[in-house]
Amino acid sequence: MGDHSHGSPQESGTVAKAQDDSLDKIQDPGLPPHRARLTDTDPRAAKRAERQVAILFAISMIGTVLFFVGYFAVGHPESIAEIRLQNMLLGSGTAFAMLGIGVGIVHWARTLMPDHEIAESRHEVRTEEGRQEAEEIVNTIVDESGISRRPLIRNSLIGALALAPLPGIVILRDLDLTKASASEIVDRLRHTMWDKGVRLTRDPSGTPIKASDVQIGSAFHVIPDGLNETEDPLNEKAKAVVLLMRLNPEDLNVSPEREDWHHDGIVAYSKICTHVGCPVALYEQHTHHLLCPCHQSTFDLTQECEVIFGPAAHALPQLPITVDADGFLVAQSDFHEPVGPGYWERP
Amino acid sequence: MKALSQKRRHPLAAVALLLMGLLVTGGLYAAASSVNEAQAASAYSASDVEEGNKLFLANCATCHGMNAEGTDAGPSLIGVGAASVDFQVGTGRMPMQMQGPQAQVKPVQFDDEQVQQLSAYVASLGAGPAVPEAEYLDTSLGNSGQGGEIFRVNCAMCHNAAAAGGALTRGKFAPSLEGVEEKHIYEAMVIGPQNMPVFNDSNISPEDKRDVITFLKEIEAQGSPGGAKLGSLGPVSEGLFVWTAGLGIIIAFTIWLTSRPS
Amino acid sequence: MTTDTVYQPKTKTGRIADFVDQRTGASGMVKEFGRKIFPDHWSFMFGEVALYTFVILLISGTFLTLFFDPSMAHTTYDGSYNPLKGIGMSVAYHTSLDISFDVRGGLFMRQVHHWSALLFVASVSVHMLRVFFTGAFRKPRELNWVVGSTLLVLAMAAGFTGYSLPDDLLSGNGLRIIDGIIKAIPVVGTYISAFLFGGEFPGTAIIGRLYMLHIMLVPALILLMVAVHLFMVVVHKHTQWSGPGRTEENVVGFPVGPVYAAKAGGFFFIVFGVVAAISAFFTINPIWNYGPYDPSPVSAGTQPDWYIGWADGALRLMPGQLWDFSFDWIIPFPWGDNLLAMGVLVPAVVLVALLGGMFVWPWVERWITKDDREHHLLDRPRNAPFRTAVGVAGVVFYCVLWAAASSDLIATHFHVALNDVTYWLRALFFLGPILGFIIARRIALALQRKDRDIVLHGREAGIIEMSPEGAFTERHEQVDEYKLYKLTAFESPEVLPAQADRAGHVTRSEKLRGSVSKFFFEDRVAPVTKSELEEARSHHGHHAVEGHDDKELEQ
Repeated sequence: MGDHSHGSPQESGTVAKAQDDSLDKIQDPGLPPHRARLTDTDPRAAKRAERQVAILFAISMIGTVLFFVGYFAVGHPESIAEIRLQNMLLGSGTAFAMLGIGVGIVHWARTLMPDHEIAESRHEVRTEEGRQEAEEIVNTIVDESGISRRPLIRNSLIGALALAPLPGIVILRDLDLTKASASEIVDRLRHTMWDKGVRLTRDPSGTPIKASDVQIGSAFHVIPDGLNETEDPLNEKAKAVVLLMRLNPEDLNVSPEREDWHHDGIVAYSKICTHVGCPVALYEQHTHHLLCPCHQSTFDLTQECEVIFGPAAHALPQLPITVDADGFLVAQSDFHEPVGPGYWERP
Repeated sequence: MKALSQKRRHPLAAVALLLMGLLVTGGLYAAASSVNEAQAASAYSASDVEEGNKLFLANCATCHGMNAEGTDAGPSLIGVGAASVDFQVGTGRMPMQMQGPQAQVKPVQFDDEQVQQLSAYVASLGAGPAVPEAEYLDTSLGNSGQGGEIFRVNCAMCHNAAAAGGALTRGKFAPSLEGVEEKHIYEAMVIGPQNMPVFNDSNISPEDKRDVITFLKEIEAQGSPGGAKLGSLGPVSEGLFVWTAGLGIIIAFTIWLTSRPS
Repeated sequence: MTTDTVYQPKTKTGRIADFVDQRTGASGMVKEFGRKIFPDHWSFMFGEVALYTFVILLISGTFLTLFFDPSMAHTTYDGSYNPLKGIGMSVAYHTSLDISFDVRGGLFMRQVHHWSALLFVASVSVHMLRVFFTGAFRKPRELNWVVGSTLLVLAMAAGFTGYSLPDDLLSGNGLRIIDGIIKAIPVVGTYISAFLFGGEFPGTAIIGRLYMLHIMLVPALILLMVAVHLFMVVVHKHTQWSGPGRTEENVVGFPVGPVYAAKAGGFFFIVFGVVAAISAFFTINPIWNYGPYDPSPVSAGTQPDWYIGWADGALRLMPGQLWDFSFDWIIPFPWGDNLLAMGVLVPAVVLVALLGGMFVWPWVERWITKDDREHHLLDRPRNAPFRTAVGVAGVVFYCVLWAAASSDLIATHFHVALNDVTYWLRALFFLGPILGFIIARRIALALQRKDRDIVLHGREAGIIEMSPEGAFTERHEQVDEYKLYKLTAFESPEVLPAQADRAGHVTRSEKLRGSVSKFFFEDRVAPVTKSELEEARSHHGHHAVEGHDDKELEQ
């Protein structure tokens, strides 16, 4: 039906194509002659194919039996090796069961079913008469409903339809199960569990850390004291995790307002990447680089964790720390800025 | 300190130091510092130290200096302890073939005795982490569940959750831990080789280190329940596999299915 | 209905069939579909692979729901996997482990489900590539292309929601990345994150919500779209390669009953068998390695499944800071400062643009070529060099992002620096598609010229002949008339300069269209015409091959 609607809808007949004069085209010789298969001409070959198909179906049956062997003979596995064995038996049993049927059927179709290509003509997706009839029907419907003659009804209906879905959106407000107000939703991103005097403890044991425990070159994964006793430990942990490292104090370039944020070269930084929130947990003790394994943002510990590579766009927040009377490391306060990735209300 | 370090050059200094070390060891044990047990090598004999010194001069001094005081090409080894030597030399990382982002694992250049002698020599230079005791390497005493938890918090970000290794910045990498000896895993935690942070005994106690080793050895021994591991590299190798082998097999079937038999 | 002419079936099967037919009119369906013709070519099978893997997903997924509990309540592991004994975890992760270790065949079903999910999205992608490169999306199939593109997006959504369900460390970190991306959305991001997670990340709601999406909403939408997709295939009938006997007006192939039904039906079992074989011998998503989700740990090599990889790669390539310039833009508003996290937003926009480009391409091509005719014959990719080049550029672009998602693994496996890999891929992000476009177009044009050569001068027979004068030539064999037709039955669009509209104006968009048309169609190879062929054949024997070395030898 190719050529009856030439050109774009706006400018008909403008399509450019080669060899519009079809006289000079090489002629279609028509479907090539059918070539007989061995199974079409040789009854023995056909018989052989028939047997092969049956063998394939038999293999499928053996596969199903193999599945049962794996299931019942291995039983409830006692070790990883047995699970592996069972998985292999169940899997290969299923594979044989399925492939036997599939390959058998296809082999049957390829060798024994007729392979004459048949041409079928296409129909127009849309006929002109059909279009006209449909148009008439639509016009009748519109006319009988009177919607175009009675604009008051139409417009008030549009208004009602526009308003009616709104409750469906509003009712989703309590998807946030915390009953937090809009400002609380934003505000809680600014606060973590850290506060003046909260001890730094080891993750996951929760035991406090003495300043003398931290030697140069070591890295401690830290959670705030009491985290495991909170109501939602994972929520608190997702914001409060900290990486504690000790450097030679001379290696640190400390800005004036952060002079007392470290204790004798022991520094604590948020472990939550400022890119999209993965834990920035890879510490290289000689280069003093912190690397995020998710998207490779790299932070320089000696430069107050400025970004030196990768997609993060701002430095990791530092947790001001000091030691308490017993020599344990404690926070001086919460972080001075929100931890983690940037968001609209962050500045 | 300066006077002391000059006297160290005296041939007898090493022996004297060793004796001193032996005397101090007991005291140090009693003190049980919360940092690494900074023990000198109680197991090393004077001849070990002497042989070690010879080996050191022949193989290591070019980079680390005649008295292991360090040069531009290599760090000082005073106070790094026997564990460092046992790890670096025992895994073939030292002597280094060439300077690079980090020392690579190679076939070990020395036999066990020589490694021990070198360790003895370096241990004699100053107190540092010792080669771990067998008790802390015995995986039958460890708890793999707890070890796994410690491993995930402290190690998995570099070494991968299945200990298959991972990349660090600028050509450095955290190696796979498969097939690494228990002793070397322990030593690596204690000394923090290359850019690895130090996990001293106050951070991860010797018992916890044993748990980590137990976990690693258990997952290594049991293999994957689901079949071939595809390198334990996660979704990337799985995706590659499905695009190559998976789709490859499917395409082979489609070609067979739509072809005409002869 | 008159009762005296009632048909009386003779066999038992016949009676059942008649019973059903009288109540459903099934005979009409049989008439319509029983001998419907489908063309046969291996590249037409990928849609079926997608459909079949989806069926396998439904079967294996249903099994998994019987044992999986999407609760994020805290529990302690007491199952049989030793290295996790006594560890605190969510019920979701616990039941995922139970499926793997304490339900016989559970691990197999998990692996079948996950492998077929990867294969599902892969086969959808390959199917779309086939449709794109052969021009099968052209009128009247544009809407079906849109339905197919929607299916690709739904497939990725199904995959991602499923990836997150086991609540292991890997999927939890994936969710955390999603949370970070959502928070970057201007104005509403913070709230969407709060609504999605039911409060702060990670909360206790997300797994249950994703579970609902994964087992109900997304599969229902996929099923709906599959139904629409297949309905449209029936309406349009399948496209076919051009060749002898194949025209725009017919469809040549095998009837549904029995050949096509047998092959297609058998193929389902083959696909299932292949997935089962892979699941028997290859681990996928070893959740027991990753441990339970906890916001503190992370594993090296944290990557999404392959079909989300390109998004992850885009996030990795985007620099957050260029020297002192940060891509966290602080925008001063009268009410205070707000932040635009461009480091996250730019990659997101790039991804949406690529997906959007895929959706609208049929209209773009139609606008450039002004071709509003129906097309049922496929283009060989070489015969549409412009489209092939665009497609290759898109594929290269995708692959660069894909490679970027595994930059750390490239670094460790090829012993190069991670940072260098990123720098190279950043360069390739821009250069790769351009090079891909140029090279693909040149290759396509070269292949077209080779086809012309074969038509005019025959195929190289691989036989070297020495003439009495001592010159060496390769014998060329004429191709038969069927091959001849196959190699010449294509259209080669020409440049269509900007056209004036009825008022005589050439609009700016029309000028743009004209220059795009010039860019795409300036270089073209036309099919050999009958007169050209006759010309070449009449010379045959004297000048065996025009423009070949032997011509010079003869002189």
